[in-house]
Amino acid sequence: MTVATDFIALDTLAPAANGPRATSSMAWRGTPLVEPREQFRVLNAAETRGGPTGTGHFDSDLAASGWPALRPETLEVVQLNLGKLCNMTCRHCHVDAGPDRTEENMDQATAEACLDLIIRTRPRVVDLTGGAPELNPHFEYLIEECVARGIHVMDRCNLTILLARRFTHLPQWFAERGVEVVCSLPHYRQLKTDAQRGTGAYRKSLLALTRLNEAGYGFGDPRRVLTLVTNPVGAYLSGRQSSLEREWKAALLSNHSVRFDRLLTLNNIPMSRFLEWLLETGQVTSYLDRLLAAFNPATIAGLMCRSTLSVSWDGYLYDCDFNQQLDMVMDLNGRNAHVGDFDLQAWRQHTIRTGRHCYGCTAGAGSSCGGAIS
Amino acid sequence: MDHYYHRNHLPRFGEIGEGGKELADAFFAYYNKVFEDGALSAREKALIALAVAHALQCPYCIDAHTTSALEHGSDLEQMTEAVHVACALRGGASLVHGIQMADQAKRLSM
Repeated sequence: MTVATDFIALDTLAPAANGPRATSSMAWRGTPLVEPREQFRVLNAAETRGGPTGTGHFDSDLAASGWPALRPETLEVVQLNLGKLCNMTCRHCHVDAGPDRTEENMDQATAEACLDLIIRTRPRVVDLTGGAPELNPHFEYLIEECVARGIHVMDRCNLTILLARRFTHLPQWFAERGVEVVCSLPHYRQLKTDAQRGTGAYRKSLLALTRLNEAGYGFGDPRRVLTLVTNPVGAYLSGRQSSLEREWKAALLSNHSVRFDRLLTLNNIPMSRFLEWLLETGQVTSYLDRLLAAFNPATIAGLMCRSTLSVSWDGYLYDCDFNQQLDMVMDLNGRNAHVGDFDLQAWRQHTIRTGRHCYGCTAGAGSSCGGAIS
Repeated sequence: MDHYYHRNHLPRFGEIGEGGKELADAFFAYYNKVFEDGALSAREKALIALAVAHALQCPYCIDAHTTSALEHGSDLEQMTEAVHVACALRGGASLVHGIQMADQAKRLSM
């Protein structure tokens, strides 16, 4: 479905506005790299000899680490990607989201099918992502329906959307429903934050965090959990999650009187706009070498694909949001899996689809939508 | 080998163990222990290492500890200030000898 964006246009798209835009979407520019097969061509062409087998073949490195096949464990998280529309255009975005992506957004019929699946499978967490998931017209309805059934809901929030007209009520609205707010913030200072997310992103993000604090988020209340998520702003790996969390808490409190509950560290996956940047700066091979040198078998058991079901705006099922953006539809009994005919038993036995991008999740302490793994 | 410095010597650092495994193992265990969170955070230690790398003017150390400082959550402004600390110490170390120069110059001069 197409989503109206007049309210975004007023806030961030008008020529005079200084909205957070670090780049434009590849879809908007029509670059060949927008195609997943072109992304795999670039990634697979890189010559690398790191990792357990020295082949740069992810499944071989899994097998050499004692995992001949990667299969799910328990379904804990249903992650719904409500669409590619976003008020921001961050440089590293693996979704290639942006204000121009108005057409690929979840419609009501698909939202209802997702709810049916959630009610049938009873996951521990429903994780809403995008784009900016708040921009989908069914966002609040989905949350209400999950919360009414006692399911924990996470909103993956870019922070700045909370300042846009029509969304300023959300901090209080979330607080009343116990929604966990999981916010992207690459750094606790301005320089890296604006470099990744666009000029002005830092100032707006801090303002939004203040609003969340005012609604009771960030003070250790389990019904008002404020989680921050950081990606490296460049071709290096995430630091130690616990160490960074201590420093961020102290710095945000003393510099801005802002509090939060926990910090998640993610690695950048070599795909989409981050891959485009690696390619432009001649760092595809060196980044892959870095990921392979840090390959950590201890992360495999806890990989999010073993406990997550990822659903796209049009209702197809994937092993993770990265596979979703790479058009790697989940292979359930040899057919493209759709939300309407999900079979939990078949899911438990299916083989998770992998590629070279998966080295992003097994590097260092590991990386998942839930942060570091080991 | 037509250069003294080679970029690939950094990833090959571990090969130093070929000529003496016990000392290499002890060194690397110590080295990794030094950079763990302690009374100082890992980020603070990474910044100290970055400053010392510039004082030593060791290209391997600058390469390794620039990456490390970024990974541990420092930004370019913080890292540049760390390099200025090294610069100030190196400059100060030269300049403070100027007092020795001045004392001797005064002693020798009328």
